[in-house]
Amino acid sequence: MNIWLILIITGLITYAIRLSFILFFGNREIPPRLQTFLRFVPAAVLPALVFPDVLLRDGALVLSPLNFRLVAALLAVLAAWRTRNTLLTIVTGMASLWVLQALVH
Amino acid sequence: MNTEPLSIPARRFTSRSEFLAGVQAELPILIGVFPFGLIYGALAISAGLPSGAAQAMSAIVFAGSSQFVAAGLLGQATPGLVIILTAGIINLRHMLYSASVAPYTHHLRPLWKWLLAYLLTDEAYAVAITHYTQEELENQAIPLEQKHWYFLGAGLALWICWQISTAVGIFLGAQVPASWGLDFTIDLTFIALVMPLLRDRSAVAAAISAGLAALIFHGLPLKLGLVVAALIGIGVGFALEETKK
Repeated sequence: MNIWLILIITGLITYAIRLSFILFFGNREIPPRLQTFLRFVPAAVLPALVFPDVLLRDGALVLSPLNFRLVAALLAVLAAWRTRNTLLTIVTGMASLWVLQALVH
Repeated sequence: MNTEPLSIPARRFTSRSEFLAGVQAELPILIGVFPFGLIYGALAISAGLPSGAAQAMSAIVFAGSSQFVAAGLLGQATPGLVIILTAGIINLRHMLYSASVAPYTHHLRPLWKWLLAYLLTDEAYAVAITHYTQEELENQAIPLEQKHWYFLGAGLALWICWQISTAVGIFLGAQVPASWGLDFTIDLTFIALVMPLLRDRSAVAAAISAGLAALIFHGLPLKLGLVVAALIGIGVGFALEETKK
């Protein structure tokens, strides 16, 4: 499929999702079951993105302290949990990654 | 002695003051958004996207996390339908935002609704809804006729920041050495976004089952692993929540 077609369809779908209640369903209350369903979307999507990134190397599971991204991600989880601060979470994770890389090389 | 109580002049809410208040509230958030857009731009280029398409995606889709994933998938020659499906699932959460702000936009003309829906991102939503609920708590009756200006200010500030940071990222592109591992900031941002959501057992179960499913189904053809994993996680959370009742 042409890249521009992909962009435009993705954009239209995203726009339709954003317009949904503002334009189409107007004053209607969001059905409770739909709300429950949607509440779990980010809680499921985000870990589904992160887990393979930090746990897999070339498709294989790497559960080792030498997997720097895994160690850094765990420290970032700790930082996010304690501080709830996005910037501090990013700084903690990146700093951990760079320190680990510098120590080993 | 004057016993008259001092009359406090009521703060006047004009379209202009509400718009500027929205811009101002958005500014601290932009500190985090700028590097995010910058990395998106650089990453899209290194994934092989033409710079015009990389920039256009920021305007057409205008949703950070889905743009990262779509750029990555485009770089791996994933079938178009899978990219669209994946981005659609990532952006489904905006339906919640749409429902949540609808009471504040229902009186507006359609043109306003189209405009505000376009600007409805995580960051603009968070700022606007915090403002509206705060206002109600403090019983400050800002007339409904002015409220949407705050939303417009927050949304527009974010939009401009996102377009500029994308452009800077595209421009820097390959100049950022891969050894810095800047792409890792995306995972870190996702971690920061997801942790506050894990407030109860169903949410934690949804997160862990989706993560594990993503590992198991990583090798699935057509890069469908993410879609399958997300649906499993949502299903687990939903099922647990339903059995609570």
